[in-house]
This record gives sequence, C-alpha cells and structure tokens, in this order.
Amino acid sequence: MQAIVNISLKNGVLDSQGKAVHHALDALKFEGVKNVRIGKQIVLNLETNDEAKAREEVTQMCEALLANTVIEEYTIELVK
Amino acid sequence: MNVAITLFPGTNCDTDTQYAFEKLGHKATILWHKERTIPANTDLVVIAGGFSYGDYLRSGAIARFSPIVEGVIAHANKGGKVLGICNGFQILTEARLLPGALKRNEHLHFISKHQHVRVENNQNDFLRLLKVGDVLNLPIAHADGNYYADAQTIAQMEQKGQVLLRYSDASGAISNPNGSVGAIAGICNETKNVFGLMPHPERAIEILLGSDDGIKMLQGFASL
Repeated sequence: MQAIVNISLKNGVLDSQGKAVHHALDALKFEGVKNVRIGKQIVLNLETNDEAKAREEVTQMCEALLANTVIEEYTIELVK
Repeated sequence: MNVAITLFPGTNCDTDTQYAFEKLGHKATILWHKERTIPANTDLVVIAGGFSYGDYLRSGAIARFSPIVEGVIAHANKGGKVLGICNGFQILTEARLLPGALKRNEHLHFISKHQHVRVENNQNDFLRLLKVGDVLNLPIAHADGNYYADAQTIAQMEQKGQVLLRYSDASGAISNPNGSVGAIAGICNETKNVFGLMPHPERAIEILLGSDDGIKMLQGFASL
C-alpha cells in the first residue's frame, strides 16, 4: 500500500514561497490567482495493506518527524 | 568552564565555537553525534551552527533524532545549560526544548551579513553581563531564520522574559532582516537553561574580524 503525505504550512502562517510564486505569476500576466500555497509531498511505500494500520503508523510518522506541527499541517492519502 | 560542542554531519561552526571558548579561557570538547550522553562535568552544551544532514526535510529535523540529542535533552531536563546557535537553535525547536519554529526567510534569500540585535532581557545566564537596550553587532548567516510562534505562545514568552534578543539597527530601533515574528532573534525556555539564537556570537570575538560583541554573551555562562 502506498501513503501519500501532503505537508503545507498551517493557515495563518505566512507562506513566503507561495507569495513569491504568486508575484511571479502576476508578472507573467496569469490573472485570477487568489493565492498560492506551496507544500511538499512524501510518498511512502508500505508493506501493509491494512488501511487502518497504515493510517495509524503514517500519522505517527507525521507527528514525530515528517511534519513540524508547530507550523505545518498534513494530509494522508492511502492508495492500494 | 567545561563546554561540550555537538558535531553532526554538516555542522560547520564546531571548530569556530571551540576556538572562541578556548580563547576565553574555557575547556571546549567536540562531541560526535553518535555519543549518547553528555560528560557529567559539562557546564554548557553548545549545539553549533551549520547544515546538519543537509537541512533535509526541515533544518534540524533529522539531527533532532540523533543519539547526542537524547543526551542534550537529558542534560537540559536536569537543569543543565544548553545554547543553540543558528542550526543549533533550529534543532532545539525541532526537539521542542524551545518553543516555536524557524521558517524560510521572508524574502527567501540566504542572508549573510553583520546585523545589530538589541538586548531585551538580561535576567538569565546568557545575557547577564549585558544591559537591557544594549545593541550588539553580530554576524548572521541563515536561510531558515524566520522565527514563528503563535500569538498566544509569544504573549506567554514575553510575560515570562523568554524573548532575549530582537533584530535592530545600530541605534536599537527594530529592523527585521528575515520576517521573524516580533523581530525575535533569540529566546530561552521557561526555566531559563536552554537558549537559542540565529546570530553567531562565536564569530564575534575579535575586533579584527568586525566585532567582539559576542564575548560578553559567551562569558555570561562562566561562573561568577
């Protein structure tokens, strides 16, 4: 089973990279972009096929290492 | 004073830090990251600056789980003094020994220059030889120095005297190079034995190299 973890800065925490990319899109005349948030994706190939077990383990990984929950939030998507 | 300095793969300020403390008359030993304990006679642990583990994932995130940091946490929990400089500050926030986190600089640049900082609080071992309002000239060199903590945490830190240094200009007026909340450059924990700052006091110990304002900071840790 594969776990796809998406990590981004929490709402309310200024995303400087997103802001810079937004400015660059404006400069390229791409109009109508309200805001840009940049995050990172971590793809984990897991041995288990048990969805509940996978979610529990990956949540622990996120809390311990993959995300810094002081400034970041994460979502976990499981793919069989 | 016996100083122990941590060395991870990617640390690059270990020998500068050792040189600074030795020049000030102290014994400074470098500890490899695979050590699990801090020598019992250690008065101060310094987590030196650099780019531990290539800043992979987040600055300090991988180093935080190395064996030596277990020793640093045990030392801090016993009331032992710990100073994190630059990457050391990042590691201490990742280890939750200090509140908040360090984000990418507001304008995304790596900043390497001399920067003034203003002393906000001297009721601690680190800044006790300085006066509140003193302006120091220290080198900064970082990409992830943008200090963040939520408003409630900042309010508690202010109230408990944990905000130690703010970025300023030469006159002491706030001047923020990296977007840090409240222009915060250095903090301590609630029990005032764990300290972290982005500027490099160990690189400011000789006038010939631009400033010796770091001496009074590092010497603060030496016993009275």
